[in-house]
Amino acid sequence: MKNSIAERVNDFIKKYPPFNFIKADDLLLISGQVSIVYLDKGDTIFKKGDSFNDHFYMTRNGAITLFHTTNNNTQEIINISDGGDVFGLRPLIAKENYKLTATANEESIVYAIPIDVFQSVTHDNAQVQKFLITAFATNTYDPYTAEETGKIFVDYLPNTTQDMVNFQTANYSKNPITCNVNSCLKEAAITMSKHRIGCIIVVNEDNHPVGIITNSDIKNKIATGRFPIDTQVTNIMSSPVITSKKNITVADGQLQMIKHNIGHLCITKDGTINSKLIGVLTHHDVLVTLGNNPSVILKEIKRAKRTRALRAARLKAETLIKSYLEQNIPLSHIIKLIAQINDAVSLRAVQIALKKMPSKPPVKFAWMALGSQGRKEQLLFTDQDNAIIFEDVPKEKYEETKAYFLDLAKYVNKSLNKIGFEYCEADMMARNPEWCKSLTDWKEQFNNWILNPDEKAILLSSIFFDFSPVYGDESLTSRLSDSIYETLDKTQLFFRFLGRDALKNPSPLGFFKQFLVEKNGDQKDLFNIKSRALMPLIDAARLLTLSNRIKGVNSTYERFEKLAEIEPNNKELYESCSYAFKALSKFKTKQGLLHNNSGKFIEIGTLTKEEQLKLRRCFKPINEIQETLTLRFDLKNFV
Amino acid sequence: MGFLNFFKTKKNHPDFWEEYLSHFKNKKDTSVTDTRFIAFDTETTGFDIKEDRVLSIGAVSFVGKRIDVNNTLELYLKQDIFNPETVEIHELMKSDSIDKISEIEAIQAFLNYVKGDILIAHHAGFDKGMINEMLQRHGLGKLKNRFIDTGVLYKRSLHIIYQDKTKPYSLDYLCKELNVPTVDRHTATGDALITALVFLKILGRLDKKKHLNWGYLLNR
Repeated sequence: MKNSIAERVNDFIKKYPPFNFIKADDLLLISGQVSIVYLDKGDTIFKKGDSFNDHFYMTRNGAITLFHTTNNNTQEIINISDGGDVFGLRPLIAKENYKLTATANEESIVYAIPIDVFQSVTHDNAQVQKFLITAFATNTYDPYTAEETGKIFVDYLPNTTQDMVNFQTANYSKNPITCNVNSCLKEAAITMSKHRIGCIIVVNEDNHPVGIITNSDIKNKIATGRFPIDTQVTNIMSSPVITSKKNITVADGQLQMIKHNIGHLCITKDGTINSKLIGVLTHHDVLVTLGNNPSVILKEIKRAKRTRALRAARLKAETLIKSYLEQNIPLSHIIKLIAQINDAVSLRAVQIALKKMPSKPPVKFAWMALGSQGRKEQLLFTDQDNAIIFEDVPKEKYEETKAYFLDLAKYVNKSLNKIGFEYCEADMMARNPEWCKSLTDWKEQFNNWILNPDEKAILLSSIFFDFSPVYGDESLTSRLSDSIYETLDKTQLFFRFLGRDALKNPSPLGFFKQFLVEKNGDQKDLFNIKSRALMPLIDAARLLTLSNRIKGVNSTYERFEKLAEIEPNNKELYESCSYAFKALSKFKTKQGLLHNNSGKFIEIGTLTKEEQLKLRRCFKPINEIQETLTLRFDLKNFV
Repeated sequence: MGFLNFFKTKKNHPDFWEEYLSHFKNKKDTSVTDTRFIAFDTETTGFDIKEDRVLSIGAVSFVGKRIDVNNTLELYLKQDIFNPETVEIHELMKSDSIDKISEIEAIQAFLNYVKGDILIAHHAGFDKGMINEMLQRHGLGKLKNRFIDTGVLYKRSLHIIYQDKTKPYSLDYLCKELNVPTVDRHTATGDALITALVFLKILGRLDKKKHLNWGYLLNR
């Protein structure tokens, strides 16, 4: 019977190895038995330690991340599998448990290919086997970097709390995997797959290193057919190796690697090639150690050519936040630093996207960050909120221009999502035609919100009034601000609407001085620190800044500091609000890192008495600022 | 054609119909992730439920998020009525080399496949109507399955700000919004698969908002 779906599966897989090496009839047999698996972001296909499945996988749409989990539970990305890539090959090679975890990096569709059917048609196909072994080798991780996790270079760390140790990687790995000069390549490759490593050191009888073979040597010299698989290892190894003494510093190691353009340094007993091999230092080890430094991360971001590199850099920043919090570095400093990193990531994402566009932007534009990124106080990954503003164009050019920027926005939103900024649930992103407009249209949009405030306008304004330019022509956003303040002069009503909104969450302490916790839903009995404590402060700061015509100050704590400056009689209140905001953000960030989420919900029961008291102290200014707003904007009877 | 012998009077329904009905006795709700869903689509000679005929039926079934390619349904029906205007989109010529079966055979295969499980279709009313009309022509009752319409479900899943009464929420539109690849659009099986993926993607979005329950899905 006709099976169109099998035919379409067939059309896709036949384009990619190893299926392009398989005869058409055989391939149809396989296609008919495939399962199509849909995955939401974060869904796991298999976990490290799971027993092997009857299938291996090919990504159809989306991307699957392969992680290695080290002993102390840090996760290291080994590979990201895009459309047409195969993964989960371990059961094809060895019937043993998975060593990696495969998780959907975004919404993905994956073909699960039954191993028994696949093997029954490919067991004598040498090309297929060769490809699989190579693919398998590149998807496995290199224990040179993972084994020694926990040892660190003390001199490169400002602080050696136990927590930091978890995030540092080894100096070099001891007991490197080797093979003898007389062995053949196949044996060496078997040893490499057995130990799941990406390179092997060739040693002589005295255990002196004479050469090195890496995955790419096997790919370039064997898989291409230049050498037979049973060739002697000395034929394809790179030789001589570069050696060093064991007390080498990271900086020295890095210099050696740059000088010789290599990725592996052999550590020997006396530092020459004529002594015993005792370890290997990889380029990766060096990078990971050095990576914990904001200037390196920023440099990495600026140089990133692909979204994947941006993601890696942003993940490092996460590590950095954690260590800074541990070290009690002032939160205002951390906030500024992370804001800079986030802006750099967005800026780079826009630059990368611009390169993908077929032509240069038709007119000047600016990429705006909104919401928490716009306020420059986003510490952990949150939803992305952004918009595009472009210069006015003649009417007949408008659609064309807008279409260009929408295309651009699609690229940027997608890559920001890949980097780890979730799509905004309410679609407040530049790729939405509503939020990609010319300067005049934006002015009209804001005027409309200000002059005709309704529920929807207030809801949106809490996001949109905190815009800040990330990329492009800042004069556009500055002209927009001017226009907004002009319009604000015409009305008082808008402020009262904003004021009412700022008061919608009453003070977080209830009648009996109990924490007000969520009453229903999934988060029952949890304290929502964002909506109950942070939002009232954020909303109040925005309202007061707008009504005082303060321009260019976006972050909540700075807004309060500024307000304290211009309203000396309320100085104390504003300063305590600024302090409370910082303390609460820190609290939320710590909770978020602890539970690996946004930190929005806090289980009051798990807090120590001291922490509860600290939290409570922060609530007092919230109460007071809300009373101030009620008086100033005459909100008592405004419903 | 043994089963045609059962087909003597209207009261005396064929065995496959009785078996189909038996699936609905004592049916209990399972959790959404353990439930079998069938996404299906019909290609027809036109849009008149009474006059037009079903050309083909495509269906895929799934439990959880996995669709097995070797367990799909793809039926092509012999035609008495022929409307040359719609052939172009459907590319199903009256005398094509594909194996075709009679309407009653198609009904049997379809009911056998869907059993008592939940049916999913895009703009489900039409497909449901076409199948019910087929059943009626053969003296059988209407479909008993519960239905989910992906168009309606999608619209309901949107943030209230973005719901738009004027939009048709066509399958093409949903594919664009949800980033579902449109291969084999306008073949019954192709559309069935697309509908299934659209449904799974909407489910994924609902899950995040904690709306993944029967009350919400079936709008009851």
